[in-house]
Amino acid sequence: MKMLTALLGWVDDRFPLTKMWKEHLSEYYAPKNFNFWYFFGSIALMMLVMQIVTGIFLTMNYKPDAELAFASVEYIMRDVEWGWLIRYLHSTGASAFFIVVYLHMFRGLMYGSYQKPRELIWIFGMLIYLALMAEAFMGYLLPWGQMSYWGAQVIISLFGTIPFGIGEPVSEWIRGDFVIADATLNRFFAFHVIAVPLILLMLVVAHIIALHEVGSNNPDGVDIKKNKDANGIPLDGIPFHPYYSVKDIVGIIVFLIFFAVVIFFIPDLWGWFLEKDNFIPADPLKTPEHIVPLWYFTPFYAILRAVPPLLSSQFPGVLAMAMAIVVLFLVPWLDRSPVRSIRYRGAIYKIALAIFVVSFLVLGWLGTQPAGGIYLTLSRIFSVTYFGFFILMPWYTMIDKTKPVPERVTDK
Amino acid sequence: MSKEGVDLGRRRFLTATTTVVGGAGVAVACVPFISYMMPSARARAAGAPVEVDISKLEQGKKMTIEWRKKPVWIIRRTEKNLSDLATLDAGMADPDSTAPQQPAYTKGRERAIKPEYMVVVGLCTHLGCSPTFRPDLGAPDLGGADWKGGFFCPCHGSRFDLSGRVYAGAPAPTNLVVPPHKYVTDTVIIIGEDQGVA
Repeated sequence: MKMLTALLGWVDDRFPLTKMWKEHLSEYYAPKNFNFWYFFGSIALMMLVMQIVTGIFLTMNYKPDAELAFASVEYIMRDVEWGWLIRYLHSTGASAFFIVVYLHMFRGLMYGSYQKPRELIWIFGMLIYLALMAEAFMGYLLPWGQMSYWGAQVIISLFGTIPFGIGEPVSEWIRGDFVIADATLNRFFAFHVIAVPLILLMLVVAHIIALHEVGSNNPDGVDIKKNKDANGIPLDGIPFHPYYSVKDIVGIIVFLIFFAVVIFFIPDLWGWFLEKDNFIPADPLKTPEHIVPLWYFTPFYAILRAVPPLLSSQFPGVLAMAMAIVVLFLVPWLDRSPVRSIRYRGAIYKIALAIFVVSFLVLGWLGTQPAGGIYLTLSRIFSVTYFGFFILMPWYTMIDKTKPVPERVTDK
Repeated sequence: MSKEGVDLGRRRFLTATTTVVGGAGVAVACVPFISYMMPSARARAAGAPVEVDISKLEQGKKMTIEWRKKPVWIIRRTEKNLSDLATLDAGMADPDSTAPQQPAYTKGRERAIKPEYMVVVGLCTHLGCSPTFRPDLGAPDLGGADWKGGFFCPCHGSRFDLSGRVYAGAPAPTNLVVPPHKYVTDTVIIIGEDQGVA
């Protein structure tokens, strides 16, 4: 023990190990009133680690070659010891990761976690979300199934709609060929296993550093740094470790129980997590009957299809889809409410948020349905309500009646 | 650090020049990396012309061949198909093929060198899906009696007639692309080479 203490002292003289431990864990004071919704940050971090670890193992047998890719995934599934588990943890894990991230983002919207002074935390978070979408999209090409191929074909063609003659060169530059080909698969592999994960890790570090600089928000939206004891410790704060580290482990275990059920019994979640057509090797001459992106992209896909072409260009739809993500970045400045948490907001915001959640879910479902008819009409209606939530936000958050926010956090 | 005796003007000048020179270096260094991702010489060269024997193609049928890794369809149209084309003009976005989606020698309603054989790239001009061949006249799901055969894109619902002309109001902005092609004999086509080019 004495030796260990001495070793720690030796390290601390050369590297701020104890200092960092204290700053980020044992003396990082988080509000004591965290509820269910505060599990998802830690779970998201765990999912990131799981994706990286399973990903490393998959690359040991995966071959990023148009001739070999599909068979190498089948090989992992059938012949490699425990390969099926590593593969399902990774592919089904992607969907689980998005579920966690969406719940984490919803928590932010509910409790106003993006409001001053946490705008940058929100921005970093949105960048993580964007990087995650890129990561998922490129990862989905790698098994080289029919959906991989044609999904990528559609998404890359989106860049081809950029006007003024730059669209086509840009999409050729992304593909490295005139159609989706071996070159595309090979570079997507490079981005998927090296480039994007590096960016993701750096963004996650920035997200957490920014969070620990200003401190965590809480379900009451109360600033706990206003009331400190004689030692400068927030009265409503408790050290992250051991209080929340232990609490989060419980959350992670419960989450993993659900996750394990899906992995072991319904790894494709009836086609929602892994599409049937992706068990057929990519065929550049034949499009599947019905192309759909995976569920986490379908709300945006529905918005893309909802916008009719203008001046015989599909670009407006692509622009609308991009804007659907851009508006999320602007939320900290669109929200004019004097209170953070939904607990002290009036009826208008609660209704607006409910409409937004319904729009997002319905758009997500519509994105999986064929284009046209009643589905198209519905996509248009819900695209309008989706954007309405953001565009009208400055106005309705200003006129909304708010309740007085308590001085200290509550025990609810 | 002491600021005594420091020539601030010179320091600013040095900071500015090193930034500009360094920035230019970074910008120039980007060129090889960005160009690296463009289609390689091999990918560009892979677009060799393809020879197709169409003697076994029956009336009203379609065959698919691969050219530059893209599906190319050859459809042998019936007399009725060809006479139907005129009746569809009103519903088309570009009935006379004015947009440059075909070589000059295949303009107009038939968009073919020999009206009987339609040669077209089987990728939707919307977002690149491959539409489904639907020669069944009067298909109830595609407009009933008005449907004179054509293609339906399952991705976003664009419809095309048997000349690859897009129906007005579809997500696809233009007609399907007709590739350069020529007849070597009556039953052999070369796809990827222009008519009249040796």
